[in-house]
Amino acid sequence: MNLVTVSGPPSTGKTAVILKTIESYKKQNVNVGVIKFDCLYTDDDILYEKAGITVRKGLSGGLCPDHYFVSNIEEAFEWGQKEGFDVLISESAGLCNRCSPYIKDVKAICVIDNLSGINTPKKIGPMLKSADIVVITKGDIVSQAEREVFASRVHTVNPGATVMHVNGLTGQGSFELSTLLYDRSLDTETLKGKELRFSMPSALCSYCLGEKRIGEQYQMGNVRKINLEES
Amino acid sequence: MSLSVKESTLGEILNKYPFAAAYLEQQNLKVEGRENMSLNEYLSSLSEDEIEERALDRTALIEGLESYIAQMLAFLGEEEQKVSSLSILSGADKSGEPEGFDDFTIRTGEIIAIVGPTGSGKSRLLGDIEWVAQRDTPTNRQILINGKVPDSKWRFSTSDKLVAQLSQNMNFVMDLTVEEFLHLHAESRMVENRDEVVRKIISCANDLAGEKFELTTPITSLSGGQSRALMISDTAILSRSPIILIDEIENAGIDRKKALSFLLSQEKIVLMATHDPMLALLGDKRIVIKNGGIHKIIETSSEERAMLEEIEKVDRKVQNLRASLRRGEILTRESF
Ligand SMILES: Nc1nc2c(ncn2[C@@H]2O[C@H](COP(=O)(O)OP(=O)(O)OP(=O)(O)O)[C@@H](O)[C@H]2O)c(=O)[nH]1
Ligand SMILES: [Zn+2]
Ligand SMILES: [Zn+2]
Repeated sequence: MNLVTVSGPPSTGKTAVILKTIESYKKQNVNVGVIKFDCLYTDDDILYEKAGITVRKGLSGGLCPDHYFVSNIEEAFEWGQKEGFDVLISESAGLCNRCSPYIKDVKAICVIDNLSGINTPKKIGPMLKSADIVVITKGDIVSQAEREVFASRVHTVNPGATVMHVNGLTGQGSFELSTLLYDRSLDTETLKGKELRFSMPSALCSYCLGEKRIGEQYQMGNVRKINLEES
Repeated sequence: MSLSVKESTLGEILNKYPFAAAYLEQQNLKVEGRENMSLNEYLSSLSEDEIEERALDRTALIEGLESYIAQMLAFLGEEEQKVSSLSILSGADKSGEPEGFDDFTIRTGEIIAIVGPTGSGKSRLLGDIEWVAQRDTPTNRQILINGKVPDSKWRFSTSDKLVAQLSQNMNFVMDLTVEEFLHLHAESRMVENRDEVVRKIISCANDLAGEKFELTTPITSLSGGQSRALMISDTAILSRSPIILIDEIENAGIDRKKALSFLLSQEKIVLMATHDPMLALLGDKRIVIKNGGIHKIIETSSEERAMLEEIEKVDRKVQNLRASLRRGEILTRESF
């Protein structure tokens, strides 16, 4: 089974792009399943089911969704193998710009949109910088010039990636994307022992553990203070 | 002679490849005061805490700079490949029936209209052209450029895209003035004589739009016609894409005929998805799309061309009525 990890800021069009891409696979008899990771809430599973795609979802609740992802992806992978998928696509909402769910030797796709602002590529960390393919959506509502400027920023941040434009509404570009995702010869046997592309921050503070009170005496663990002196 | 990123100082690198500044800037690396260090020395001088805090990956940053420089040099060194024709070799429609033509060649300076109901396969045709399909897409079409199987760079390059798109739904979204915006675009295209190019774009845009705008106008507050005019002028002058796809142009606030002839004067191939007879009949030919395939290709007849003048006359009348309504006037038979 191929595993493909798709990540990106909220509402950039991950689900739309994945749905359109799977449509192209259906015609080629490639069997695809989806596992969706989110934080508090998602309706995406319903969208996938409506399209006739087998899907499971996991909500991380109090955890950073990417941390939750790493602790669950192995089981998800085994589920996909049991279901007999040719490709398992994981969709995860990138919420903190610091973590990313990408695994070494597993295809990594970042979805961002043209509306997010010219400085967004610079702000997004490993989720964008270490992706193999960057998909840019919502090109149908901005000018050609903005598309070009945005794509060139993405290229500057991650010169090694293939940058593609996909329209999540019409599906333009999704067939092309599908040709880059699935490769029978790149089947992954197991995730055991594989490594993340980028370590997650080790920071763990009292607030991670449920503390609510504000004040120095309540702060334990990894506490970092803002420098208000310099500008 | 190219410099080795690993062995050169940042100062040497920026001296030889000024464009590398953009890469370092986008990675949040501050060169000032570190000109005598190599990138590796700079990254090694950061504490593990800092590296983690800023989510930096030393190896990836160094490899990234190497690959950025190599790609930019290739981009700058390469002669702009002149596209003088685009050929579509026929494939099949959704039901697998062969398309209604054998092959079709479009040359620069031609306008081709695309007609057919929504969902009939217009975006697939466009997709085939952008992806320079080689019988490897659902339609099984093949695309040739200048009569030959094209370089695969057209598929993946960020800087060289075959098709630029202009559509009715597009709006400017960036928070910049016209001048800042055009400079930014020119910069991302690595254009050298930026001031001159920016001036040229503005003057062409003002020529196309009914109402003139200033360099200091925020792009998001341009009127519909002004936005359209700026988009067309900018795309014609700054975009390297040889093919322009236009998805309808509103018949308001912009001289559409002038806009089209301007694009053609920049040696572009213009594809135009439209059901507006005034635009469609301006085309040399029109592609009729049906059930996912090209059903037929119609050459604009001399009768149609003659009708165009009459259609334009009717349109001017309707435009005048519109203007009268806007002015609060009462419409009369004579004014029609
Ligand atoms: N105009 C336009 N809208 C798009 C495009 N792609 C997606 N959308 C719309 O953007 C909204 C968000 O798309 P989703 O696919 O749900 O985004 P997502 O990234 O999966 O969102 P989360 O999973 O909730 O983080 C939907 O309303 C889509 O219809 C596009 O290319 N153009
Ligand atoms: Zn989603
Ligand atoms: Zn996180």
